[in-house]
Amino acid sequence: MDIIIIGLLLGATYCLMALGLTLQYGVARIMNLAAGEWIVVGGFAAYWSFSLQSVNPMWGFAIAVPLAFVLNWLIYRWLLTPLIRRAKTRGALEVDSILATFGMSFIAVGLMRAAFGGEFFNYSFWAEPVDLFGSAYGKNRIAAAALAVLLCVLLYVALLKTRWGMAMRALAIDPQSARLVSIDVEKLSALAFAFGGAVAAAGGVVLSTFLTLDASVGVLFTMKALIIVIMGGVGNLRGAIVAALLLGLVESAIAGLVDPGLTLAGAYLLFVLVLLFKPEGLFGVRR
Amino acid sequence: MNRRLAISLAGLALCASVPLAAVQAQPIKIGAVAPKTGPLAGGAAVTQWPSIKLWVSDVNGRGGLTMKDGSKRKVELIEYDDRTNPGETIKAVERLATQDKADFIVAPYGTGLVLASAPVFAKYGYPQIAVSAITDKTKELAKRYPNIFFTLGNTTAFAQSVADILKKMVDEGTIGKRVAMVNVADAFGIELAEAARPIFKKAGLEIVYDKSYPLGAQDLASVVKGAKAANPDAFVAWSYPPDTFGLTELAKIEGLNVKAYYTAVATCFPAFAGKFGASAENVLGAGGIDVDSAEMKGYYERHKQVTGVAGDYWAGPVTYASLQVLEQAIEATGGVDRKAVTEAIKQGTFKTVLGTWKFNNQVIDQFWTVGQWQNGRFVGVSSTGKSGAKAVRAKTGW
Repeated sequence: MDIIIIGLLLGATYCLMALGLTLQYGVARIMNLAAGEWIVVGGFAAYWSFSLQSVNPMWGFAIAVPLAFVLNWLIYRWLLTPLIRRAKTRGALEVDSILATFGMSFIAVGLMRAAFGGEFFNYSFWAEPVDLFGSAYGKNRIAAAALAVLLCVLLYVALLKTRWGMAMRALAIDPQSARLVSIDVEKLSALAFAFGGAVAAAGGVVLSTFLTLDASVGVLFTMKALIIVIMGGVGNLRGAIVAALLLGLVESAIAGLVDPGLTLAGAYLLFVLVLLFKPEGLFGVRR
Repeated sequence: MNRRLAISLAGLALCASVPLAAVQAQPIKIGAVAPKTGPLAGGAAVTQWPSIKLWVSDVNGRGGLTMKDGSKRKVELIEYDDRTNPGETIKAVERLATQDKADFIVAPYGTGLVLASAPVFAKYGYPQIAVSAITDKTKELAKRYPNIFFTLGNTTAFAQSVADILKKMVDEGTIGKRVAMVNVADAFGIELAEAARPIFKKAGLEIVYDKSYPLGAQDLASVVKGAKAANPDAFVAWSYPPDTFGLTELAKIEGLNVKAYYTAVATCFPAFAGKFGASAENVLGAGGIDVDSAEMKGYYERHKQVTGVAGDYWAGPVTYASLQVLEQAIEATGGVDRKAVTEAIKQGTFKTVLGTWKFNNQVIDQFWTVGQWQNGRFVGVSSTGKSGAKAVRAKTGW
């Protein structure tokens, strides 16, 4: 039981890291290597609210989410649109966007360092035990899991039940044909990209209650998110969620039953297995 | 006025100003390479960079370093970020030596990065007074590199001190013999865990849980739950900064109520007490300092004033002391001849914020090993021959 709950909580944490990138890569077609930095931005906002303004860190949402949305929209419009216009094939766009966002991640780290310094920042919030099935779990982890569930449900409903969501899905599946049914591809992609950034920042706010962050830690989140997005099937929300939970469960099972030292090895083994037997990802469509 | 004329006039003005500057004595160039980004950046931002900044400010505040002819030369700091990448560390040291022509270079941060750059320091003949490097190989390394110095201690001493503290608590009947031990699967954690196993056994302690976890692990709940299930009397983690915080938060949540709780690096950071508040009380950790000495009190005051952040209770003051050694060696030789300064470091006796230092075959033998949060301060409770150690207290819940 412990193993399953720890695994699900961990999976939810991973889910928060990966949701933003799913939108950005799946819909907007930008392999955003600066995705993790937005998680850190969310974390900074929460830390700033809590430690320097002495208010509830959840105010971080009010700061980080709109900020991330606007900045990501601007980044897409100003910095990435030229790449998209120039790219002849999807492969070319992928290479260009990887290089461009890799550079952006350095700029983001530099800016955050300049603004906040390089120290670790963390604080204690909701670090109280909550009893679940006779065992104690951190309230902040459960809050993170709750947010992950909420975001997943919201995104799921938005993508499946609304007109706007249908357009997004059309865009994810085939951007060329999407134009034919009068979808404004550029506008919608920019929105998806901005939403991805906002979701990442929202995740960062909650993650900062129990992870120790510093200005340059974002790349770790990007790496985890990449694995999950690729494992789930590019651009597939359901796939990303399942992959995140699976990864959490596998890591916790290995830690609990075998050895905590082997969790990373287990995670990468799972990744390799998925790539070997289902290279398009768990829920991906073979193209 | 046409553009060319303006440029030549400006050039002329520049030429004229050079002799004027020369009268004021050239500053001594001090290079510094350490992580500003990457996995070790958070630690370096607490113990390495602020201490360097403080030292430069202190020296220049006194008007600079005194040379043989009685003149004073200020120091000028050149900083490089090595992104916690040994390749970058080496490149930056090379650059400081060949391009910037630095007079001296502060040793990098982190055992791996210090050792990776040691051959370059040796090649260009720079003294390398290493601080944030803990290894049992200090003797061999000192033989191989005649210009390297070690100041923070060695692995065995750190493990031995923890074993001594636990054994004493067992003998006094405070705790039982059961120890849960975990370590981060990185050079530092692995080396300490390996050193600790036989030492703990010899001290009559019983290791009931012994696991490692990967560097940068996001969730350590399994580790803490596993340790708790082993029903230990003491918990020892050879941990790095992010996991020190993560493990302690989980220990608190899970109710891991051991009477002796030890986490290694970053336990002494002001951020640790900042995060855990009263729960940090009586937590044991690597490092420690004699907080009541007059020098240290002054150090913490100036640290806060100059850098804007509180100083840590371990490697920060040692970093500052290592720079005091450099300072006094330069003044003793009255110049910036690196060979003479290296020799002066080997032979000399130095007055530092940590008391008197004298290198024994390039190694400082007296150092703090274990500290404990007591009344909001991280005080030294165990050392290899330092004075001012406080008595260890048992932890009574979170």
